[in-house]
Amino acid sequence: MTTTTLAVLVPLLPFLGAVAGLLLGRTVPGLVRPLAVLPTLAALVLAVVVAVDQGGGNGNGTAALNTHTQLTPTGSVPIELALHIDGFAALVAVLVGVVATCVQIYSTGYLRDDPRYPSYAALVSLFTSAMLLVVYSGDLIVLLVGWEVMGICSYFLVGHYWETPEARAASLKAFVVTKLGDVPFLIGLFALAADAGSFRITTVLGKAASSGGLDHPTLIALLLLAGVAGKSAQFPLHTWLPDAMAGPTPVSALIHAATMVAAGVYFIARLLPVFAASQAALIVLAVMAAVTMAGSALAALAQDDIKRVLAYSTVGQLGYMTGALAVGDRDAAVFHLLTHGGFKALLFLAAGVIIHAAGTNSLSAMSRMKDLRDRVPDAFWTMTVALLALAAIPPFSGFFSKEAVLGAAEHTATGDQHGVPAVTGWIVLVAGLLTALLTAAYATRLWLLAFNGRGGEAPDHGRQPVVMNVVLWVLAIPSLALGLVTGVLPDWFDGRSLTPALTTSVLGTGVALVGGLVTYGAWRHTTAMAAIGAASGATPDATPDAVPDADPGRLLLGPLYRHAAVGFHLDGAYAALFVRPVRAAASLVQFLDRAVVDTYVRAAAETPKALGWAVRRAQTGNVQTYLSALLAGTVVLVVAVVLVATAGA
Amino acid sequence: MHLVYPAVLSSLLFCTGLYGVLARRNAILVLMSVELMLNAVNLNLVAFDVWLRDTLHAGQALTLFVIAVAAAEIGIGLAIVLAVYRGRGTSDIDKLRDAAEPRDPHDDPYDPSDTAAVADAADATDEKAEATA
Repeated sequence: MTTTTLAVLVPLLPFLGAVAGLLLGRTVPGLVRPLAVLPTLAALVLAVVVAVDQGGGNGNGTAALNTHTQLTPTGSVPIELALHIDGFAALVAVLVGVVATCVQIYSTGYLRDDPRYPSYAALVSLFTSAMLLVVYSGDLIVLLVGWEVMGICSYFLVGHYWETPEARAASLKAFVVTKLGDVPFLIGLFALAADAGSFRITTVLGKAASSGGLDHPTLIALLLLAGVAGKSAQFPLHTWLPDAMAGPTPVSALIHAATMVAAGVYFIARLLPVFAASQAALIVLAVMAAVTMAGSALAALAQDDIKRVLAYSTVGQLGYMTGALAVGDRDAAVFHLLTHGGFKALLFLAAGVIIHAAGTNSLSAMSRMKDLRDRVPDAFWTMTVALLALAAIPPFSGFFSKEAVLGAAEHTATGDQHGVPAVTGWIVLVAGLLTALLTAAYATRLWLLAFNGRGGEAPDHGRQPVVMNVVLWVLAIPSLALGLVTGVLPDWFDGRSLTPALTTSVLGTGVALVGGLVTYGAWRHTTAMAAIGAASGATPDATPDAVPDADPGRLLLGPLYRHAAVGFHLDGAYAALFVRPVRAAASLVQFLDRAVVDTYVRAAAETPKALGWAVRRAQTGNVQTYLSALLAGTVVLVVAVVLVATAGA
Repeated sequence: MHLVYPAVLSSLLFCTGLYGVLARRNAILVLMSVELMLNAVNLNLVAFDVWLRDTLHAGQALTLFVIAVAAAEIGIGLAIVLAVYRGRGTSDIDKLRDAAEPRDPHDDPYDPSDTAAVADAADATDEKAEATA
């Protein structure tokens, strides 16, 4: 089979698996698990084969795979089924395949007793297929199809536990907020196609690189950025992601860590020349990235729900990727996307095991449990690896990719990057270093609170299924070893060096260590205080609130803690800015409808009713009355005829 | 004989019959009044036939038709009255009002409780719709 056929099969197989799963899920329950795992696994294998066939992508001279076919003429700007597979696409597809396969295998254990598992597995397959379509597609409209299918799958999967009001609200919020970005995104795509005369990515890139360039680069870039901000959970459209943790944990790992939110970053990376054509767009992107990463890291430090901590850390790491794109270095962005996809999926899946074992999502509840780490040794070790990668401690994978981002920012800040304003470099560099500090702090806090609790024994929920632990170790491999490929990866990408530079490495690792140590110190202090408080508050009338808990975030953030815990009141601000006016407008419309429009409608009904009532009153049933009326009518007619006849004569 | 005599007589007969049809209560008397009106018409037909000197005597022929039809009509009419009397014990036309519009309490537009009930029903369906949404 040719590489093209294989590449077409990669998104197609999970799609067929999803269709088969939805059709056969109820009738043949035995087929559900194979139908969930095998197509995804096959897609992973094929994606690896495609990546190997593609060889080194652009860097070592292999041309990107470009094929297209037109099913039917579609008017002025043709829409084609096109593939565009360069090194970025090939590697991201492998990442998606790995994470999706791990999630499907993990789900067979995690959701083994769930009555809605068949539809869940089918939706995850459909979601995987949509993401692979986005990755491989060479046509922007086909890409948009995958983009929107992901949106709707995300809605269904976040709302998997639709019995709970939180899940319902979160799924709606995820859908509406991402749609809010998708509308400008669609308009931006049309504007881009109008300028470039084609929806093909290669044509668009060629037009952007040509001497004439695009006609409205800033407008297009900003419109597209809105969609990316929605999908990739960037400020100010990031609010859906922390709430989306109401879905099952594997869904959080798949959608909200490794694939769907990566789609936005990947999209910018694909069309980077279009964005780079507008300096204003790059500055907006840099500010957006800086606000996102710093704000989300602060918010992560104050969350109590372990999954919300991870969600905010996802938002922050995506901020790193958009920051790298803002300084015009897509190699670093996609490298961080790859490493982050690996260790974030691992973090979420391990968190699922921990939540299972502890029976709670709450970190403060976990901090009151002794020996949680002995209950889940696999999750403990893999999560430690992933947290070290998250905090960018060498030699874990996160260190290399984050240093690549910081190095690119430093490169731009010193003015070495042609065509990108130096100010974006400074913005990203400063925010990136600050976030590195905070990231290490919240990673340390998460680890200390979850695994070093003091208090009662952790409840015993029995052994975890083997598949779940195996998946954790499989995912730990990229977190440990992806740093080794920094020498090879540039061949797949644009050819820039990804090896860590000395300055940024020392700075980044330094602030990360500082963050971790300060948090450790604060934790020692708070646990000591908590122990004293528990001892003194042992009197029977002491309320649980009076005992200070061991959360170092409260000490570190001080007065900021209260605001950071609720995401800096952004939801409240949105409620005041958008929700309340819309509700007021809705009640006004309701008033107009009920009191004004309905009055006419009612009157239109009441008038014939009254007339009919009047006519019906004449129906007395007395034949003589009818005859009298008949006589009277005849007399009147005769008189009229006579009068007319005589008048005419 | 001048035409005016039979014409006046027939109109008097017709008006008497008309009065009987509109005013009498007994169904049998109403039928008899109908007969009076038919015979007034017959009288007219015969009188005008003579006055017009119609060679075909269409008026007389039609009179015979009307008499035959009237005989059939009165036969059926009396049979119906007999059946009604047997069934209901009366032949009073004023009491035979089965064809009247029945009084429906929901249909009265001047009944204030009626519209309120409709509005309540609308509200109830709205609430149900909101609850399901």
